[in-house]
Amino acid sequence: MAAEKFETVLKKLEEVVLRLEGGELSLDDSLKAFEEGVKYANFCSRKLDEAESRVEFLLKQKDGAFVKKQFQVEE
Amino acid sequence: MLTLQRLKKPAREVHLELFADKKILTVSRFTALVRDLLEENFDQLWVEGEVSNLAMPASGHYYFTLKDSGAQLRCIMFRASSRALKFRLQNGMALIVRGRVTVYDQRGEYQLVVEYMEPKGIGALQLAFVQLKERLAREGLFDESHKKPLPILPNCVGVVTSATGAAIHDILNVLRRRYLNIEVLICPVKVQGEGAAGEISAAIRDFNLYRKVDVIIVGRGGGSLEDLWPFNEEVVARAIYASKIPVISAVGHEVDFTIADFVADLRAPTPSAAAELVVRNKAELVAEVENLSRRNLFAMQHSFTRLWNRLESLTRAVKAPDMLVGHLAQRVDDLTDRFHRSFTVDIRCRRERLSALLNHLRLTNPVVELERCRERRLKLSVRLENAMRQRLDDGHGATALCAASLSALSPLETLARGYSLVRKYPQGSLVTDSQQIEAGESLELLFRRGAAVCVVESVRE
Repeated sequence: MAAEKFETVLKKLEEVVLRLEGGELSLDDSLKAFEEGVKYANFCSRKLDEAESRVEFLLKQKDGAFVKKQFQVEE
Repeated sequence: MLTLQRLKKPAREVHLELFADKKILTVSRFTALVRDLLEENFDQLWVEGEVSNLAMPASGHYYFTLKDSGAQLRCIMFRASSRALKFRLQNGMALIVRGRVTVYDQRGEYQLVVEYMEPKGIGALQLAFVQLKERLAREGLFDESHKKPLPILPNCVGVVTSATGAAIHDILNVLRRRYLNIEVLICPVKVQGEGAAGEISAAIRDFNLYRKVDVIIVGRGGGSLEDLWPFNEEVVARAIYASKIPVISAVGHEVDFTIADFVADLRAPTPSAAAELVVRNKAELVAEVENLSRRNLFAMQHSFTRLWNRLESLTRAVKAPDMLVGHLAQRVDDLTDRFHRSFTVDIRCRRERLSALLNHLRLTNPVVELERCRERRLKLSVRLENAMRQRLDDGHGATALCAASLSALSPLETLARGYSLVRKYPQGSLVTDSQQIEAGESLELLFRRGAAVCVVESVRE
């Protein structure tokens, strides 16, 4: 699951919700679908939250290596 | 058209001195004198004309001829000057050039050393823009097929712009307003003036080496054509084209289009708009996941309620079967009654309708009509027969009358009365005049009964 792509999981989430909304499932299957849906939704939310909110400079050293430096707002 | 900056006086004196002494000069000496004369007098001038015989060898010097309808002028532009040229020199181009005159001793030719030139009628930068745009378009750098889609889930945005300009503030403002966790990496570069294009293209390449950005915004705030110029340079266009990471161009204000805009995978009219484009994807995804999450829960709750209700009603039925049966029996009775009632009413209705239909049928019965036709036919055939018989009787009378007249006119009756018919023999033509015959001819006489052939003895009038 961890290796899955965000788009793939989002698509799965969509399918599960549609199936559940169809109202044709037994209690058992409904519960199973619901749990799957929760799992997919959590995965997607986690992926969306993965990036950190920060602003930095990317600077290239003389040897070609990159370093990051805190961005300061110069007013 | 020549505009002389200054014309020095000593020129005339040199000439006079040379002629007075009858001095003999070597070619080199003479040429040197001419050169001095020309170089001193034409050291800063502007000339306009049309370019022809253009040569641009690897040395970087440009050789060409400026001409108009009446004359031509050899020109050279050394590499030091030609390097600074923004546009591409082409044959046929109308130019205004600034330079000084020199003499090329070895060939005894004078020529204009051009230091600066601009296309006539259109600005040099404008022309350079048009030329580069055409060239890169032909090469396919603007092709839609090469454009990459924006990332589905951008986590890190690379920004190539000035660290101090308005563009970076605009971009960060948008991101901050959206409260989205997006990492921004800025590659600070010069965005105008000497060296800016080199820094911008290097920054795009650096992001591609660093790799951990999902999309690159390249841009700056608005400015004059000169300010925006680095974004019209070929190196920048090529760096954007070569980038494996999608590039959004965000140069200036709405109306300014640069070469970078044409090459970029997406053109944003302003840096803020570029930021909006990047976060829109992410904001939409956040909203979609939230929405699906909510629907998942609702659908489950709904499913649960539906199953619960069914269970409840079934339990109730199991608890009170007698009551249920009684209830059902009553319902059956009720339905039976309603069925009968509606059935009776229905039959009465149908019967009335049937008799009305029969009546109608009787009136329009085809057998009756048929009978009437038969009668009519009979009457008509009797009338036809009578009429026919009448006509036949009439006919008989008329025939008898005709026969009587006919017999009165018959030649046989006449012969019976003693007349004879005379015909030529053997021709058989009737003779009614003595002039028809001559003596010695044979004639046939026809009687009531029998005939005779005789010979004419003589003819009388």
